[in-house]
Amino acid sequence: MLDAVKNYLNSSVTPGEAGSQLWATVYIVAITLGVSVAVICMNWLERKILAHMQIRLGPMRVGPHGLLQPIADALKLLIKEDIIPANADKVVFWSAPVVVTMTAFTTFLVVPFGRTHAVTDMNIGVLFMLGISSLGVLGIIMAGWSSNSHYPLMGSLRSSAQMVSYEIAMGLAIVCAVLMTSLQTGTGTLSMIGIVEAQSAQGTWFIFKFFPLGFVAFGVFAIAMIAETNRAPFDLPEAESELVAGFHTEYSGFRWSLFFLAEYSAMLAVSSIAVTLWLGGWLRPFANTLSGSAWDLAFSLIPALSFLAMGAGCFLGTIRMPKIIQMRVQTIGLGVFGALLALIGLTLLLPGVRERVQDIYWFVAKVACFMYLYIWYRGTFPRYRFDQLMKVGWKVLLPIGLAVLIATAVVGLRQELWAAIVGVLQ
Amino acid sequence: MSQPIDTSYLDLDTKDETFLDSTEMVLNMGPQHPSTHGVLRVILKLDGEKVLGTECVIGYLHRGVEKIGENRTYTMFNPYVDRMDYVAAVSNGLGYCETVEKLLSAEAPPRAQYIRVILTELCRISSHQVWLGTHALDIGAITPLFYAFRDREEILKIFEKYCGARLTTHAFRIGGCIYETYDGFEQDVKKFCTFFLPKLDEYEELLTTNRIWVTRTKNVGVLNPEDCIALGVTGPVLRASGVKWDLRKAQPYECYKDFDFEIPTGVNGDTYDRYLVRIAEMRQSVRILQQAVEAIPTGPIMAKVPKVIKPPVGEVYHSIEAPKGELGYFIVSDGSTQPYRVRVRPPSFVNLQALDKMVRGLLVADVVAVIGTLDIVLGEVDR
Repeated sequence: MLDAVKNYLNSSVTPGEAGSQLWATVYIVAITLGVSVAVICMNWLERKILAHMQIRLGPMRVGPHGLLQPIADALKLLIKEDIIPANADKVVFWSAPVVVTMTAFTTFLVVPFGRTHAVTDMNIGVLFMLGISSLGVLGIIMAGWSSNSHYPLMGSLRSSAQMVSYEIAMGLAIVCAVLMTSLQTGTGTLSMIGIVEAQSAQGTWFIFKFFPLGFVAFGVFAIAMIAETNRAPFDLPEAESELVAGFHTEYSGFRWSLFFLAEYSAMLAVSSIAVTLWLGGWLRPFANTLSGSAWDLAFSLIPALSFLAMGAGCFLGTIRMPKIIQMRVQTIGLGVFGALLALIGLTLLLPGVRERVQDIYWFVAKVACFMYLYIWYRGTFPRYRFDQLMKVGWKVLLPIGLAVLIATAVVGLRQELWAAIVGVLQ
Repeated sequence: MSQPIDTSYLDLDTKDETFLDSTEMVLNMGPQHPSTHGVLRVILKLDGEKVLGTECVIGYLHRGVEKIGENRTYTMFNPYVDRMDYVAAVSNGLGYCETVEKLLSAEAPPRAQYIRVILTELCRISSHQVWLGTHALDIGAITPLFYAFRDREEILKIFEKYCGARLTTHAFRIGGCIYETYDGFEQDVKKFCTFFLPKLDEYEELLTTNRIWVTRTKNVGVLNPEDCIALGVTGPVLRASGVKWDLRKAQPYECYKDFDFEIPTGVNGDTYDRYLVRIAEMRQSVRILQQAVEAIPTGPIMAKVPKVIKPPVGEVYHSIEAPKGELGYFIVSDGSTQPYRVRVRPPSFVNLQALDKMVRGLLVADVVAVIGTLDIVLGEVDR
């Protein structure tokens, strides 16, 4: 048993490639749990960050600085009465949140958190992710239709139109990245791991490749992915001020929380695609300029140090807590939380752990930047109107995406093209 | 339950024009809806997202304020008017007090007039702040709301220090003011003026040049001047269409003729212009405030009006420029201590008429934008 574990840990392939069903299951469970925990963290962070942008405090009561608020909310949602409207199509109504959640989680099958930290490495990884994530729209239409109510219906129709339109621009941007893997080195791949390895081999993240082409393609993707996940400023399907709550107006309790879970895990999923395609996936930053074993060591310490710093922040927070008897539990709680973070930091200092976990750390850190952007947009932008949204998708992003794709092909193949032209002329 | 709604008057003959012969959908927006600014109910006839017609159903907040007026003495009715437009309570009180003063042929002393103007202009700013926050929230920008409410707090603090109430202030009395200003009132107002102008820039920074904001508001809910006048629309909505009509200039009441200020007007009469006009109005209000606190005279604050108000038989109409438009009171006196009839001309109610004209042919998202830009308060619409 122990040998099997050790054996696997020393291997350098994903469980899918190794054909190990046991480890694949372990990874699936770990990723499902991890994504759920990330959604819970995201819930707290969004409320806190948005609150601080809006000169509010956000949750402060449940736990120190509201740290336990998401758990309290989850508990509240679980014990709420389960309401299915009388005129709803019950089977469809019941299955819609399941479809949405399933698709959102299935995309994580191919997300590479590290060279070996993925459930499997499919040779059509990107395509798989796109396909599965666009299946989510089916669940949304089901939810809107089965609710048998006007607002959900309009919300779901808006959402399907939006997702379908932006998928094209998104697809074009993705093709740019895929094209970049084949140029200059000559090994095109759709595998998520392959794309990151291509970036590693070419010594550049694709966002910086053929500057500014990579950057523009990334921009198209970054805009399309916000629209794809129905977030501000493209949050028309659930436009609170127009459609009350959009497609999930009639949902409550646990079913509603499934939609919530699906929305946030979809955000994580598309951010993961963005990170994989453009920002070098699990590769550490400054791999070219700050190379060498000393820098490698320094960068491998950053995960541990950042956790220790967060722990220290919590300990400092306990000092700043009001010294009154009512706050004692909260102060202790914050201390325990800090100790937990510090413990994780100390674990990450161990060489064996450090080596294997730093990939995951960099990947998650990059995804976290995207998550912050999502919150920032929400705090800043008004909402687009439906026709304007379509205009942006079809008249702006699509032509830009096409132009970038052609430009990437031309720039990447310029020598071959030049040779061909010269050949024709001769 | 409620009666079925008669939608026969909504032009059903447009049916042939709908795409692919699809049928229209009748959508009930409100009375419980996040962005109908209270309990307004709008019945929308939709072709997909396109609005073919609307009907406003009002009365969910009817409290019979006008009828209450017939059963109270002139003095007792004064606090009730604060409850109509509860985000601009001071203006309501001013309008009522002035109307009764006109009936009594009395006039508030100069110092009282200055105090009234200062408080009313502060109230105008606070009302516009509430409008800005909620209007931006309707269009999806959630942050300006909090900025606006943070700064509105300073105004409410001044109100609270002056008369003890923050929202429904009952600040004025027939014949002047009952409270002398507190120590440091002038400084507080001055401080607010210097504090507020940069904040106004902050709001504008978030919205005025924001591409999404501009595309969402430009050419949305256009009202031309003729329509405005035909519908009786007043206030910033009228001025945004280019009509330079402001009762503070057109028929100056109180001491407004002492002050140097401009009437901001728009050109296109769209939602964006209305936004710009209201922002500019806040700037002008600050200008008035700055002049007023400098020039505030000393002297009595209450005119010589009898304890028991018994106006002579007659009727009077008087209107003021409330933050939302022309707020008029028509009072009929039968010589007793109670008015025979009080009729209020609330700006929100009249402006709401324009909704249907503004939103026909637009999309659902524009309906909430237009409701926001009309700046209605349902307490005033229903009374």
